[in-house]
Amino acid sequence: MSLAARDITIGYDKKTISEHLSLEIPAGRFTAIIGPNACGKSTLLRALSRLIKPVTGEVLLDGKDIHGRPAKEVARRLGLLPQSSIAPDGISVAELVARGRFPHQKLIRQWSAADEAAVVGAMAATGVTELSGELVDTLSGGQRQRVWVAMVLAQQTPIVLLDEPTTFLDIAHQIELLELCVRLNRDQDTTMVAVLHDLNQAARYADHLVVMKSGEIVAQGDPREVMTADLVERVFGLGCRIIDDPETHTPMVIPRSSLG
Amino acid sequence: MTPDRTERVDFGRRVLVLRGPGVSARISLKPLLVTVVLMLLALAVGVLALGTGEFTLSPAQVIEALAGEGTRAARLVVVEWRLPRVLLALMIGAALGLSGAIFQALTRNPLGSPDIIGFNTGAYTGVLVATVFVGNGYYLLAGGALAGGLATAVVVYLLAFKRGVQGFRLIIVGIAIGAMLASANQWFIIRMNVQAAYSAALWEQGSLNGLGWAQVTPAAVILAVLAGVLLAYGPRLALLEMGEDAAAALGVRVERVRLVYLIVGVALIAVATATAGPISFVALAAPQLAQRLTRTPGIALVPSAAMGAFLLMLSDWLAQRAFAPTQLPVGVVTVSVGGVYFVWLLVRQARR
Repeated sequence: MSLAARDITIGYDKKTISEHLSLEIPAGRFTAIIGPNACGKSTLLRALSRLIKPVTGEVLLDGKDIHGRPAKEVARRLGLLPQSSIAPDGISVAELVARGRFPHQKLIRQWSAADEAAVVGAMAATGVTELSGELVDTLSGGQRQRVWVAMVLAQQTPIVLLDEPTTFLDIAHQIELLELCVRLNRDQDTTMVAVLHDLNQAARYADHLVVMKSGEIVAQGDPREVMTADLVERVFGLGCRIIDDPETHTPMVIPRSSLG
Repeated sequence: MTPDRTERVDFGRRVLVLRGPGVSARISLKPLLVTVVLMLLALAVGVLALGTGEFTLSPAQVIEALAGEGTRAARLVVVEWRLPRVLLALMIGAALGLSGAIFQALTRNPLGSPDIIGFNTGAYTGVLVATVFVGNGYYLLAGGALAGGLATAVVVYLLAFKRGVQGFRLIIVGIAIGAMLASANQWFIIRMNVQAAYSAALWEQGSLNGLGWAQVTPAAVILAVLAGVLLAYGPRLALLEMGEDAAAALGVRVERVRLVYLIVGVALIAVATATAGPISFVALAAPQLAQRLTRTPGIALVPSAAMGAFLLMLSDWLAQRAFAPTQLPVGVVTVSVGGVYFVWLLVRQARR
């Protein structure tokens, strides 16, 4: 499977965010898209996940234009955790996770053994099996996010995109979620793409970084090579030192202090 | 299909899983039970209504007549005179319940109902325009109702559109447009000749009086087609309730699917309006009452339809019985009972 953007121009209404952008998502790896606020990283993710249609150029899924394919077929290849989703009132965890099976279902095949196995597996992988019968409204923010991830996993797609999955989570749940992504990437060979805010988390958990500024991709590659003090200064306007993360030996950004 | 008892997922409610080669279904028991009970209740009231009137019959006599037995007079009264009205009450009630469920789900708001946001007022305007400028006849009126309802929906959507449609904005705009259309309707009625104005004013109350088999067949055919579309679209309405992005990510073509639901929802209310006039509050109340009884996640279509059928059947029976021999238009009953519910709903919404 492959996902790529070819020379795309994207934006909202009449406002262009990115022009003539090209990007290849490396298969079977965990890609993090980083950059300052309003650099177009979420817009790029929305274009990759066919939520917005490029003005020019095309997004290719397995070499074919993503907008020219049946919507359900695309949803069997590519899963997405959007930034904002609404859990209907009174829905239980298992019911929400089961909705991830929609692209695999037909009018006369609403709940096959394969659907059930996928839901059981997704809930186990995200550790929400014990919450299965609980109402989603009653869960904590961290639990709820894991339930949404479980729904995306139940979709059983070879590619999973996550739009700022760690926002609104406390630090422990952030780490837990990112490690879950890494595990899925390793164990099931799922291609992961996440928009992340925290540079250290991106460098630690992703094995491919895409760095954006003002709608353009300014650098991409292995975090150990990409994440330099010079790049952080250039992209974020932040003076820093890069040290070795003692836990994972990945680059770690230590901002310089101006307080003297 | 046979029940599969090797249940491994706890859904937090009792579900029935049916599986056979290539076919499978998962049905929550409570909504199923509530739907069946509501349908039985609606049928029971229907039997009572069939026995009600100048020629009174016991339920047993009614059932006899329906089965083709009993006296000829009883069969004539029950099957030829009263049955069409009961069937229409059930069908139109179900249509109103479905239409309310669709719009409440699309707007994610219990107030986002076609009778509140002016769609049935607009459908009625369409009917009046057709009567004044073209003529009479069921299909003409149904066409007028559909055109009026759709035009209202388009205007409301365009005016409410601001970076996507927000539920609450749509409701406020809809109420305003509905109020304007209501005055337009009055103007049309004043301009008509006395005879037409009288029947139009009666009709505006929403009434099943004097409906016969001639109205049953077209309404049944159109409603069956619309129900078929809803069936084919399956769980897409529920997925839309999770937000546009989430639905699109699961393979729902959001724009197209929303347009289809909009048209089907307007068509349902248009058929109801063309047949019986603008009946208020059933579309508003049925989906919410059904949801309280079934505890389904979000608004469910089938229990809403069953609840709508039951509510309108009951209201029509009350309309016939309350001040007998004077027959009230059913719309008067739904407005009186529904009005109380509407006030309660507004108070509850305002407190949020």
